[in-house]
Amino acid sequence: MKVIIMGCGRVGAELAVMLEQDGHEVTVLDSEPAAFGPLGYLPGEFHGIRMVGNGIDQDALRHAGIEQADAFVSATRGDNRNVMACQIAKHVFNVPRVVSRVFDPIREEIYRSLGLRTINPTRIQARLLKEALEKEEEPVSAGPGAREET
Amino acid sequence: MYIIVVGAGKVGYYLARELVEEQHEVLVIEQDPAKCASISEELGEIVMQGDGCEASTLEQAGVGRCDMIIAVTGDDEDNLVVCQVARHRFHVPRTVARVNNPKNEEIFRTLGIDTTVSATSVIMAHIEQELPSHPLIPLMTLKGGGLEIVEVKVPAESFVVGKPIRDILLPHQSLISLIIDTEGHPRIPTSETVIHAGDEVVAVTMRESEAALRLALTSSRGMGPPGPS
Repeated sequence: MKVIIMGCGRVGAELAVMLEQDGHEVTVLDSEPAAFGPLGYLPGEFHGIRMVGNGIDQDALRHAGIEQADAFVSATRGDNRNVMACQIAKHVFNVPRVVSRVFDPIREEIYRSLGLRTINPTRIQARLLKEALEKEEEPVSAGPGAREET
Repeated sequence: MYIIVVGAGKVGYYLARELVEEQHEVLVIEQDPAKCASISEELGEIVMQGDGCEASTLEQAGVGRCDMIIAVTGDDEDNLVVCQVARHRFHVPRTVARVNNPKNEEIFRTLGIDTTVSATSVIMAHIEQELPSHPLIPLMTLKGGGLEIVEVKVPAESFVVGKPIRDILLPHQSLISLIIDTEGHPRIPTSETVIHAGDEVVAVTMRESEAALRLALTSSRGMGPPGPS
């Protein structure tokens, strides 16, 4: 599968590496050249394409090969940029699989109802944190008693 | 009308001022406190500080009863989201977005924004207006139905010069709605109005009839024999 990932932050970079390990052809797009520099999150062993460009610019998307892409993921920090890029991918370039990260739960709901596939980290993280809090402490984790023994 | 303007840059400021002068109820939403302060100082308490993309901000602004929302920030993605949130969550009847990158106009329309305004396109149209090779200038696209408002400058050699409108054969579903003479005076034509060389004709037409309309008004041979249209 040919995948374009917009946004090379922690999540974008992690996803890029995971997809490449699964044998997919990955292009990562970020508007900041520094995202691909030594302080960026992409490891040196990533062999996919790194491209500087604005994901809400149709020319930049074309340049990144969106016309041949099987999937498009937007994972920048900006909800608005993410949903706009995904809508362009879906409605202008007819990319078959499009997924957008949307932090704001309300915006996520709106765009999901408009037919966009969305992931809302806010709700997912809150739920996971709540579940972790509600769980009994595992016996392996060091409690006050355990500390006395060591 | 109750109109919400999102973005208090230069466009937002002057727009709000004009709308207030025209007696509309206006609320400007702006994130930057300094811009908010200068608006409230000059135009009164018609500004609210906040993010116009946030549903809660829009709700506080009374978006549910607003007749129109106009998003004029410098970022296309923000303008798009403001309009989509207003439309899909709050059912605002009319959404208008400023488009900074003219290539986004088409996608905004596809995504249901009622009206898009692109300064770049307007300036380009004015440049094209000066070029004889582009005698037809699209002024505005009306949503739905593929209707456009266009402007055509009638050249001296045109077949229609000296003819009353009733004798001009126009393409299907085209209508001459305004004529601006060489001195800049606009008039609403009747069937008796005679076209002069150099007149700027503003017409409503179907997108696919554009080329035929241009030919009808600029060609030295017209569209064919004059007859009832």
